Amino acid sequence: MSDVDLLSLARGVAGAAGPGEQIEAYVVRTRETDIEVFRGEIDSLAVAGVQGVGVRVIADHRQGFAWAGTFDADVIAETIAEARDNATFAEPDEWSGLPSVSDAANVAVPDLDLWREELLAVTTDDKVKYTIDLDARVSGSDPRIREVESTSYGDGLVEAAIASSAGVEAATRRTVCSASAVALAEADGQTQTGYGFSVGRTFADLDADQIVAMATDRALRLLGARQPKGRRLPVVLDPLVTAAFLGVLSAAFNGESMLKGRSLFLDRVGETVAAPIVDLADDPTDPLMPGATTHDSEGMPCRRNPLVSAGVLQGFLHNSATARRAGTATTGSATRAGYRSTPGVGVRALQLKPGARGHDEILAAVPDGLYVQSVSGLHSGTNPISGDFSVGAEGLMVRDGVLAEPVREVTIASTLPRMLLDIAEIGSDVTALGGSAAGVTLLVSEMTMSGA
Amino acid sequence: MTAPLIEAPVLERTLRTALRSGGDFAEVFVEDRRGSSGRFDDGRVEELTTGRSRGAGIRVVRGDTTGFAHTADLAEGGLAEAAEAAAAAARSGGGGVREVALTRTPSNPHDIAVQPESVPKARKVELLRVADASARAEGGSIRSVTASYADSRRRILVANSDGLLTDDDQVRTRFGVQTVAAGDTGMQTGYESPGRTLGFEYFDEFDVEEIARTSARRAITMLDARPAPSGTLPVVLARGAGAVLFHEACGHGLEADLVQRAASVFDGKVGTQVASPLVTLIDDGSYDREWGTFAVDDEGRPAQSNVLIENGVLNDYMWDYLRARKAGRASSGNGRRETYQHMPMVRMTNTYLTPGDTDPDDIVRDTEHGIYCVQLGGGQVNTATGDFVFGITEAYLIEHGEVTHPIRAAQLIGNGPETLHRIDVVGNDFDTWTGICGKNGQGVPVSSGQPTLRVTGITVGGTAA
Repeated sequence: MSDVDLLSLARGVAGAAGPGEQIEAYVVRTRETDIEVFRGEIDSLAVAGVQGVGVRVIADHRQGFAWAGTFDADVIAETIAEARDNATFAEPDEWSGLPSVSDAANVAVPDLDLWREELLAVTTDDKVKYTIDLDARVSGSDPRIREVESTSYGDGLVEAAIASSAGVEAATRRTVCSASAVALAEADGQTQTGYGFSVGRTFADLDADQIVAMATDRALRLLGARQPKGRRLPVVLDPLVTAAFLGVLSAAFNGESMLKGRSLFLDRVGETVAAPIVDLADDPTDPLMPGATTHDSEGMPCRRNPLVSAGVLQGFLHNSATARRAGTATTGSATRAGYRSTPGVGVRALQLKPGARGHDEILAAVPDGLYVQSVSGLHSGTNPISGDFSVGAEGLMVRDGVLAEPVREVTIASTLPRMLLDIAEIGSDVTALGGSAAGVTLLVSEMTMSGA
Repeated sequence: MTAPLIEAPVLERTLRTALRSGGDFAEVFVEDRRGSSGRFDDGRVEELTTGRSRGAGIRVVRGDTTGFAHTADLAEGGLAEAAEAAAAAARSGGGGVREVALTRTPSNPHDIAVQPESVPKARKVELLRVADASARAEGGSIRSVTASYADSRRRILVANSDGLLTDDDQVRTRFGVQTVAAGDTGMQTGYESPGRTLGFEYFDEFDVEEIARTSARRAITMLDARPAPSGTLPVVLARGAGAVLFHEACGHGLEADLVQRAASVFDGKVGTQVASPLVTLIDDGSYDREWGTFAVDDEGRPAQSNVLIENGVLNDYMWDYLRARKAGRASSGNGRRETYQHMPMVRMTNTYLTPGDTDPDDIVRDTEHGIYCVQLGGGQVNTATGDFVFGITEAYLIEHGEVTHPIRAAQLIGNGPETLHRIDVVGNDFDTWTGICGKNGQGVPVSSGQPTLRVTGITVGGTAA
């Protein structure tokens, strides 16, 4: 593991900028532990570190990029030269360019503590013991749980630094920790799977009780599932499913997609795009969200960005280049898929504003409907431009306000614009889950369920 | 012949370090990867990217436990440190010194006529421009075109405590075009992106103008699409179109790691009828120049052709080193990993259903009412239950034995084993599909192939009343 100072390294790369040239270095270092347990034994234990640097060069409004999976000085020098060379082949884009310090002048850097030093002190033995215990608890939770497909633990220390010849500098670091189990339940020759997980910033945040209950209940309650007849009906989405839908919807708020004419919400700012009860924001300054961070992937400070208020579209998310082209300011929403990619635009912590009633109360008001526990094929089954979707679903029917018989091999279909307008109730149970959107129970007044 | 990534004596000492505290098996996997890619979007060359990574992954197996560590430092000190870490992770007690003597097994990397890194960047950029113009020439309804070019060269070396020392040099090229068309009914997308284990000679086989036109026509066709029906219908999968479905819904369940975890519907079914007698399913890592092809897998095992299902009877699963060792047999050459930073596991390569003897036109003619599917999008499968979903991205209604109106995106949903049994006619044509298969967070290049065939019933999740 290197003890290189990331910000100094990034500064060194940015300092290579010649006259008429801008250089930005994005430097990443991670350290991870991953444990897999199967049938009470360690199946695998991996300890690993990754480090790399991505270099952007902009000259004459042309951008070039290159990356290297090492901090080796010779390779970094080669990478700068490659990025410079690549820039000569790009066509000029008057909007391209790095953000400057003044782009962030009016935004305070959020005060977030996302690093838990104590995670570094947890021994590998303790992590192994935790995972083995968790595996035993899931497997012993019910006689119908015939196998635990996998029980895993993972944690990571993620550090990044950015420096540019335009004077931007930022360093971020965070710890993450998660555990999960997949239970296989069997009865009458039918197998069902249930996924349970818990996420946090350190070891002590993990909730083993929650993982056991979730994996077990979600597998058991699907036993005996059958394919129902298709029809249109009210649908209640499990918080995990709502989060997945928000993840797909997030593309519609992407300023880059909007500029390229690929957003559902093109030319709709100020218009009603959702039911009046809908308030949606992307808030990376919420430390409870796993995607929380002080700075975006261009080194701009993050802030809360309202996207939909009382059902009305407020605007789009931008990085510095898309903002320039749209004639607005960056929203601090530059994201990257690691050091191997240039900054795009993305959400980090989408959240719906909670409603008044909880999960059970919402169900209690549904005389006849479908409770969707999980969906599959959401990304492949959704056209992000037209918003049409048709996804595989499993869950339970809702009868007279309670969960009734389980169903499988159904799809639910609608369009994202229709679904947003059809949101009849938002739960009070907004919870941070693993990804870039928070979960919450959602009642949608009507969708098409197809079955036999 | 290029110089080895690491000299044999260094590898022998590294393996000895890895085994110092008593592992049963140790392996060093070294990878040197370079690649370039370009993207044309929004009417201009948006970006050219070059990447470089190099490192080694070391694993130590003791009993049922695997310890793994990786390093980007290929000097002997860096390798020794990773070997120590992997050995510690395998939690070995015992001790003792085991010497490893490596014997080089020559592999047979595919001949690459034109190394992509030798081709000037300007030529790659020109291909992107041509694709953009070709797609736009298909009609005024084309609103946006994204063309992408990507090449990669991956040199690997594998050395293990059984004395194996071998290597491979894998070069892949892929070109893709995504188009968006706009009309009265909104916007529709088209996509086409074949990949092969070839160098720049890929472009002798594939015409970028044709790839662009296919993508554009697909988007334009879908503008006239009607809502898809909903319910269980006969589905004719055009050659290549349904390949991803068999990859997901059947292939994954035949991976020995899932079978050994009792997480596959095919567990315990060897020798039994698991599909229609018309079905023969093969996985072949040696398939000539296909996207999922290599000389040796990421555990040093030569690629081979494996018959998984023969005339409907389950013949065998796919195996990597660990799973084969547990079962007391040989690996089938299916041990793959995304990069040196990942542990290998059982993965498919090029998986295909063999052709039958029916004229594909007759299959449509013989279908009174159903769906004719020309392209599927991505999908997902629960291997424990066999349940799958797939998005259809280009499909048509079949009415009275004729392909008629295009239908809008919808999901196909079903069960892998049931679908295999419901194949009632298989065509004499064939085509393949290119993809990146994701499993436990690792993506590897795979292809899948299939003749035109009919499934008597799959649930279609459309929105039509």
